[in-house]
Amino acid sequence: MTVEPILAVDGLVKHFTVKTARGVRAYKNTVQAVSNVSFSVRPGETLGLVGESGSGKTTVGRCILRLIEPTAGSVRFQGEELVGMRAERLRELRRDMQIVFQDPYASLDPRLTVGTSIAEPLEVQRIPGDHRARVKELLELVGLSPDHSRRFPHEFSGGQRQRIGIARALASNPKLLVLDEPVSALDVSIQAGVVNLLADLQDQLGLAYVFIAHDLSVVRHVSHNVAVMYLGKLVEVATAETLYERASHPYTRALLSAIPVPDPGVERGRRRIMLEGDVPSPIDPPSGCRFRTRCPKAQDHCAVEEPALVDRGQGHPVACHFPD
Amino acid sequence: MTNEVVLSLRDFRVTFPTLFGDVQAVRGIDLDVRAGEIVGVVGESGSGKSVTFLGLMGLLPKGARISGSATVNGTELVGAPRQVLREVRGRKVAMIFQDPLSALNPTHRIGHQIVEMIRAHQSMSKAAAMERAIELLNDVGIPQPRERARQYPHEFSGGMRQRVMIAMAIANDPDVLIADEPTTALDVTVQAQILEILQKIQSERQAAIVLITHDLGVVARVADRVQGMYAGRVVERGPVAALYDHPSHPYTQGLLRSLPSVGRDRLVPIPGSPPNMIEPPSGCAFRVRCPHAIDRCSLEVPTLRVVGDLESACLRADELRSVGP
Ligand SMILES: Nc1ncnc2c1ncn2[C@@H]1O[C@H](COP(=O)(O)OP(=O)(O)OP(=O)(O)O)[C@@H](O)[C@H]1O
Ligand SMILES: Nc1ncnc2c1ncn2[C@@H]1O[C@H](COP(=O)(O)OP(=O)(O)OP(=O)(O)O)[C@@H](O)[C@H]1O
Ligand code: SF4
Ligand SMILES: [Mg+2]
Ligand SMILES: [Mg+2]
Repeated sequence: MTVEPILAVDGLVKHFTVKTARGVRAYKNTVQAVSNVSFSVRPGETLGLVGESGSGKTTVGRCILRLIEPTAGSVRFQGEELVGMRAERLRELRRDMQIVFQDPYASLDPRLTVGTSIAEPLEVQRIPGDHRARVKELLELVGLSPDHSRRFPHEFSGGQRQRIGIARALASNPKLLVLDEPVSALDVSIQAGVVNLLADLQDQLGLAYVFIAHDLSVVRHVSHNVAVMYLGKLVEVATAETLYERASHPYTRALLSAIPVPDPGVERGRRRIMLEGDVPSPIDPPSGCRFRTRCPKAQDHCAVEEPALVDRGQGHPVACHFPD
Repeated sequence: MTNEVVLSLRDFRVTFPTLFGDVQAVRGIDLDVRAGEIVGVVGESGSGKSVTFLGLMGLLPKGARISGSATVNGTELVGAPRQVLREVRGRKVAMIFQDPLSALNPTHRIGHQIVEMIRAHQSMSKAAAMERAIELLNDVGIPQPRERARQYPHEFSGGMRQRVMIAMAIANDPDVLIADEPTTALDVTVQAQILEILQKIQSERQAAIVLITHDLGVVARVADRVQGMYAGRVVERGPVAALYDHPSHPYTQGLLRSLPSVGRDRLVPIPGSPPNMIEPPSGCAFRVRCPHAIDRCSLEVPTLRVVGDLESACLRADELRSVGP
């Protein structure tokens, strides 16, 4: 039995043009933020999207919702192609896909009451019905009190504000949520509540999530599948279990070994794969494999030929000439 | 073999008068840090971690009221004249922050900034100080340090800038290094590099290092001892292994329980939200979120007492010891 994916991203590319000044002259450069990224998500599933800062995670998320125009590639939502879609149809479909942003402090308008903020997507989408009643229902759904609708964002803690952001994203009854670092700004003791809430909502409503994060232990906890990005490309995709037990790309392996584990016994006995240097600039990415400048396994060949993302069986695609 | 205590806080307090009342940010902290050890300071956002150390360095805004005692190698810093504080800062105690860009001067070359730092505290010729600066850049793992010293901060990546901050912090061989979330803004692979440098400074220079972080994994990796803070007070402290293995304070227990871990299907948040520090709860400030609170908790401020190999500020620590994380 195969369930059709709700979201299928194929060959997604996003380039940004930036001006850089050097002395008195200005140059135009192309930032290759996302290069040929493909993945799919089925209803009720969570895809974790991980990678270092600047690897293109947020850009992928914004392309999925067409908040920015992809440079090339295809994004199919429930079988319909979003790239090139008429604005009117796109607006209709936006009811079904929403985004939650990282910063619970910046993502709510401080001048609007919580109720008005949550009802806003209903107004924008011109969704009929009793909006006040819907706001109350949503507040209860995310574990807040209906009375909170008359209060302002500054009266809430970070975890509560993130719940408000989630309530707002859920207002139009979406089927897909893109969650861009939804718990990164929260204290760990509070993160747990938001993570549980997301799991409950998925169970109740059958939501599909694209969960963007750099905290791999949270990603492992919430995801069915995990896609690892490096400098705009996918380097490895696997089920959460496979990835954490049998990671095969040298970058994924280094990333996993670099995450600090809150267990002194484990930490002290651990052998770490140390990477040299930092992530190179996406304006001028390395030839061949983009990871080769920091890769402990790199050979001459890696500079010449770009490794394709190949499934070597068991539904575990890896982009490396010398995978483990 | 235990080394001498170089940094010592006793009943250290910081209060900020505001229009809405006094914010009691730090409410009586004790801490001893010895040469050659890394002490991790953890706790919720707003629990007073940064304010404590900014306060002892004399780096808080004018209105802040500081009391108690903070000594570095016996020199009292609380109430010390500005001249003394300036001499101590950078020379005896140095601090590195989460955001290195704001601490570097964008218009000066990196090498020049380190030279200034050295010459502020040591009499050394410019040329000799520059050689020392290049040596320091090399020590913190910056490739081609001679060329790099001639560049400006914007030509460095985030991880490289943090290395520069560390180079400046150790330029005068301070006895105490305070690192406030030094790796929070960095990617994990770069974080691993920075943590290694801190460990190298610990072992080679026998510096006393205070590592402020919200990342319990980072503490587990590098710290010798941990100090957990809640609402401006120390709630529990002790050797790292013991604290993670059998915390006895309900806040530390809750903190460790809230972390995702393999085989844990559902996470366990600490209910409620952090207290208002203008009017913190009476008695134990954690009582309003604590699953074990009893009436006595609102009447009595729990002080640190020895529980096994830890010290815990919970009235019921002895009973709760067996609860585990
Ligand atoms: N509007 C833009 N104009 C120019 N460059 C951009 C723009 N948005 C993103 N970029 C660049 O594209 C690359 C990918 O950025 P993106 O924000 O998607 O990364 P990310 O993986 O989300 O990183 P982080 O973990 O820091 O959020 C980066 O190099 C970034 O500087
Ligand atoms: N200048 C100030 N005026 C008034 N209150 C302040 C000031 N600076 C800090 N505070 C308050 O002091 C308390 C402690 O702040 P501090 O910055 O030490 O927290 P922290 O533990 O370092 O948190 P984080 O993990 O978020 O960095 C907070 O309640 C904060 O709001
Ligand atoms: S003193 Fe009381 S309220 Fe505070 S942590 Fe212990 S049991 Fe909980
Ligand atoms: Mg991002
Ligand atoms: Mg702080």
